[in-house]
Amino acid sequence: MLQVLFDALSLGSLYALGALGIALIFGVMRLVNFAHGDVIAFSVFALLWPSTDAVAIVFAGHLPWFLLIPFVLAVGAGLSVLSEIVVFRRFRHASPATMMIASFALGFVIRYFLLMLFSSRPKSISLLPALSQPVEILGARMPLLQLITILATIVMLIALSVFVRRTRFGLEMRAAAENFTMARMLGVRANRVIMGAFALSGALAGAISIILGAQTGTADIQMGGAVMLMAFIATVIGGLGSLEGAVLAGFLLGAASVVMQTVLPPEARPFRDAFVYGAVILVLLFRPQGLIAARGTKERV
Amino acid sequence: MSLLAVSDVTIRYGRLTAVREVAFTLAEGEILFITGPNGAGKSSLMRAIAGVTPPAGGRIDFGGIEITGRAPEEIARMGLSMVPEGRDVFGSLSIEENLLLGTGMHSRERGWKARAASALEEVYDTFPILKERRHGQAGLLSGGQQQMLVIGRALMTNPRLIAIDEPSLGLAPNITDQVYERLIGLRAHRKLTLLIVEQSSTRAVMVGGRMILMRGGQILLDGDAGAMGQSEALQAAYFGYGEH
Repeated sequence: MLQVLFDALSLGSLYALGALGIALIFGVMRLVNFAHGDVIAFSVFALLWPSTDAVAIVFAGHLPWFLLIPFVLAVGAGLSVLSEIVVFRRFRHASPATMMIASFALGFVIRYFLLMLFSSRPKSISLLPALSQPVEILGARMPLLQLITILATIVMLIALSVFVRRTRFGLEMRAAAENFTMARMLGVRANRVIMGAFALSGALAGAISIILGAQTGTADIQMGGAVMLMAFIATVIGGLGSLEGAVLAGFLLGAASVVMQTVLPPEARPFRDAFVYGAVILVLLFRPQGLIAARGTKERV
Repeated sequence: MSLLAVSDVTIRYGRLTAVREVAFTLAEGEILFITGPNGAGKSSLMRAIAGVTPPAGGRIDFGGIEITGRAPEEIARMGLSMVPEGRDVFGSLSIEENLLLGTGMHSRERGWKARAASALEEVYDTFPILKERRHGQAGLLSGGQQQMLVIGRALMTNPRLIAIDEPSLGLAPNITDQVYERLIGLRAHRKLTLLIVEQSSTRAVMVGGRMILMRGGQILLDGDAGAMGQSEALQAAYFGYGEH
């Protein structure tokens, strides 16, 4: 029972972090950034030297954890900010659909760039190997990593919440998410707020890639895709643009997946995702605006 | 020298021309009403001045510097504070957060925290109801209180010019009276320049000052509001179909 709870929380953590990364950017520029998953993949591959061998040639992966983690977060944030400057800035006045397609395109560019350097074969890496040791808590055995994932996510969520509520940048971001034009008419700099949102979102992608890399022990070009899809669904269920909603829905989706894995009859388990998505449809039928509707649907910049 | 100079400004939305070669100037300390029926192009003109919709032609100068095509945040930082139509409070933010947003642009200057605090006190002195509910959600305020909040928020930017689009929109007449009373008081007290858009000319005639009457994207009359109130030209401009 406790095992199920921890599984749900750790899977939910991944989805919540991913959903938050998408919701942050959607909030300030109404862009659903489908390149987010590829930023996740890129952040892991940044630890490796380019090669097409099956065994990864480590570049920065052997750094001690207190250097490795900031490195990956910085890579995610850097790539994310770069994508804003090079790509999304030019689409700021475009319709949300155009921006979304641009984000797909950017995602493909990143993915094929990785494919070119590393080939499509998943590579085995050992990221923070000390974390795979099991620990025992209240009679449940689980990898230390799972516990740390949950704790780190909670710490990140609290830090982000304090940042958004207590700092001037957070105030500007909340105002921009509600009504960007009015915020600018009060002197809030559009570029600063948008780049800040991309940096935060990218750092969250970096956090996901560390967790995924350590959990699976592989670096795979496709690794961001599955998380990205679930995270996107979580932002929709949570109410697009609502940060609290994204986190809540992320954990709910994680819990739903894990619970269905245990309660479904064994023959139905391969179709678990179909049941999860069915539940998603049900939620949206009853609350099409999402669990926590975001404020402000005024026009963007 | 004029504080705001609008020269031959034309504004288009696609093939629709909302404002056609409009020109006027506004001197420091002046109060100017822009009035006219629905669709006259008043709000379009305000959006162009604030940098939200760049004009298709002409130029706009503020404080002797050209601002045509500049970003809204840059124009705001130069001291032109726009209060758009429909008020646009940040409903999910607290009243105090709404007000503090206006001070952000000065955060690089020395001693801005002290100045922001004193600006906040000043706004609270002018609008005591805002102080009472400072930690409440702005979205829960009444229409009149929201109007006071956005005027207070504009004051927080320490502007040279406040431009207000339809401050009386959706307000009961006695509340509108209160709003204007504060505006006129502030103008005398802080030597503000005011640009006020209203659909009806009644308020302009009552308050006095200069009035520009727009219709069909053009300026029909420009002169003293009091004198215009007496003339028949005003009636004709609103209701006539003459030269259009």
